[in-house]
Amino acid sequence: MKKRETQIDDPGQRCYAFPNKPTPSMPVVIDETKCTGCNKCVNICTTDVLVENPEKGKPPIILYPEECWYAGCCVGECPVPGALTMRHPLMMRVHYKNKETGEIKRV
Amino acid sequence: MNWEDVVRESGKPMEWPYPVRYGVVNDVDVDVVVLGGGPGGCMAAISAAKKGCTVALLDKAYPKRSGGGSGFDHWLNTPNPASSITPEDCVEWEAVTYKGYSNSLSRYIAAREAYDTLIEIEKMGAKIRDLEDEFKGAPFRDEKTKFLFCYDYENRFQFRVWGATFKPAMFNECLRLGVKVFDRVVATSLLTEGGRQGARVVGATGINMRTGELYVFRAKATINAMSCHQTSWRFSTESIGLDMFKPNITGDGPAIMWRAGVELAQMERSRAAVPPGYEYPSYGTGNWWNTWHPATMVDANGKEVPYVDAKGNTVPVEERCKPKPGQKFIAERSRDPRYSKPAMPSDLAERIRKGEFVLPLYADLTSMPWYERKAIWGIMVGNEGRTKIPVLVNYEAAGFNSARDMLQNYFTVSGEPYPSMDATLALGPYRMEAFGNGGEVVVDWDLRTNLEGLYAVGDAILAGNYYYHACATGRYAGRKAAEYAAKLSGAPLIDGAQVENEKARVYAPTKRRPGKDWIDWKELRFAGARAMQNYCGGLRNEGLMKTGLKWVRDIKEEHYPEAYASNPHILLRVLETYNILTVDEVILQACMARKASSEVLGHFRQDYPEIDPPEWRKWVTIKQAGGETKIGELPLDFHGDLAGNYEAHNPDYKGYLKKKRS
Repeated sequence: MKKRETQIDDPGQRCYAFPNKPTPSMPVVIDETKCTGCNKCVNICTTDVLVENPEKGKPPIILYPEECWYAGCCVGECPVPGALTMRHPLMMRVHYKNKETGEIKRV
Repeated sequence: MNWEDVVRESGKPMEWPYPVRYGVVNDVDVDVVVLGGGPGGCMAAISAAKKGCTVALLDKAYPKRSGGGSGFDHWLNTPNPASSITPEDCVEWEAVTYKGYSNSLSRYIAAREAYDTLIEIEKMGAKIRDLEDEFKGAPFRDEKTKFLFCYDYENRFQFRVWGATFKPAMFNECLRLGVKVFDRVVATSLLTEGGRQGARVVGATGINMRTGELYVFRAKATINAMSCHQTSWRFSTESIGLDMFKPNITGDGPAIMWRAGVELAQMERSRAAVPPGYEYPSYGTGNWWNTWHPATMVDANGKEVPYVDAKGNTVPVEERCKPKPGQKFIAERSRDPRYSKPAMPSDLAERIRKGEFVLPLYADLTSMPWYERKAIWGIMVGNEGRTKIPVLVNYEAAGFNSARDMLQNYFTVSGEPYPSMDATLALGPYRMEAFGNGGEVVVDWDLRTNLEGLYAVGDAILAGNYYYHACATGRYAGRKAAEYAAKLSGAPLIDGAQVENEKARVYAPTKRRPGKDWIDWKELRFAGARAMQNYCGGLRNEGLMKTGLKWVRDIKEEHYPEAYASNPHILLRVLETYNILTVDEVILQACMARKASSEVLGHFRQDYPEIDPPEWRKWVTIKQAGGETKIGELPLDFHGDLAGNYEAHNPDYKGYLKKKRS
């Protein structure tokens, strides 16, 4: 056997010994370019899925994603349009059908 | 970002972002303390504050949106100027539907004051009328008041409202009236006179789930607005939140009540259910249930699946919200032919199997009159608990158009979020606690419990259910608690030893260090749920339940003491687990005490197979006295003369119905 080293695009990424993330792991998606770190979503969340970022003014951190109830209160409270999006996990995505064309899509 | 990204970015584990202050005790002195800040708790706080009381309001979350979710769709059982329905009618359909196992006392109070409550919440800023004339000319609109109704367009006592506007309005009113709000503070125990079980209630303890600080509330009156228990049978270690029911309803209320000696009833009631993780977004599939009623359903080839009345006759779209000859009125959840809505045929599953309808089915709003489509997709879906952002906004953003597209239904002969449609699940291991109308606290005509100084509201009340009932009983209990508090001269005495014992219990999980056998809360909850599934499932007997009770007590006494909490959030989850296991014990004992099977209660015993024998037409009550379980009974009609008792207890109350009657 002969070992050959080849180039990859992004070398040097540190590899941590992470445990598995719980499922679903990403109930909300934060656009960090838009988020102002006001923590209104953290405050309104009914199950404390999100916690404040220890660094003031930075986006909140999704700490307990498996406890999310998908009420979307966080998104309703967010003052910046598009900064926060609620994301149903894939197995919950529902299909719909265009009545005229019969085309089937999913949300 | 999530915690993994934080570690990747900073190269180190993340520290708890809030100050941790275990052992710091906050003493709070008020006239009335309200435990739980959902709709019932907020209305109780408002009502007591309006009577001049100082009020503290505790909540596991932030009361602007907590409790009933981000909204609700229908406000039921409300006699009003556009209707001739009476409070007696409102009580009757539930008593008939549930064969006497409905709490006519709290239902009657709620129906008497529901309209006053609704108008009061409107004044706080909630939207209850179609002021913009969006639905002008629709058959469910009262042109004079601009109210919109659902389910029965002729009798008009079930409102369509913009439920997402309610909670923020009530919360602002709490703040305006100076209610002291303690968000993220969860009650852990009731404090009683002399620390004795069954004695007068003098306040409560609570813990902050971010800082771990302890709170000691001293109060002349205490109101239990902590909802019911809904987490005994169903648990998934990962998809905890992917459940029909709010994961916050962990039975803290009934567990705390039980420890203090409060009398509970009907704890043996349950029904079939599916475990968390298997549902689609609530009201986010095409269906024909309450929020979506009367949506037209079609099969994969566009063939309409007919709505049928109780006699099996097809009901066209314009007749689906009108009572049939012989029906008094249509009531939202009734399956009794006297009040039931037209629905999908009862043999639908069989007809699908035979090929008459091809799967999948779809809800076709496109073919419905504009006002029905707009009412379902826009008011009902859009205001019900988890539909505004998750369904209405997100589905439209993904391209769904209710005037063009049909939404798929997942009634695939087994499954769907509403398992009661499927008989094959009825005897399965996954139970849920009754979906409203469940067990909980016995109350009198002041909505007071068996303990002096302690009141109950909403779903915390025996067989409590629905948003209107939470708001109306909250408003009523707040008034009664304030009247009681006003009669007392000084502040009550807190028993120091009781506080110390509770402090030790609450902080114990933070003091342990992970040992060789340490167990986390998820494993404990999973084990508790398994015990309930296997030993208190669809079919029960004495021996099975005895083993179940032993198993639950083993988990609680042998394994719970090993649970370790690494931060205040996890500490709360550990404490909740203790409460769930406590409620499991109560349920098992109640199930053993009812030595009969019952259809309504979903309680089927191999050793007592006769269904609903007449001598068991009563409620089984359960409480602790001196640490021992005491079983009792209560007649189903313990409320007595409804109008007479209500009048006797509220001679000075002035409301819409009193004005109408005089």
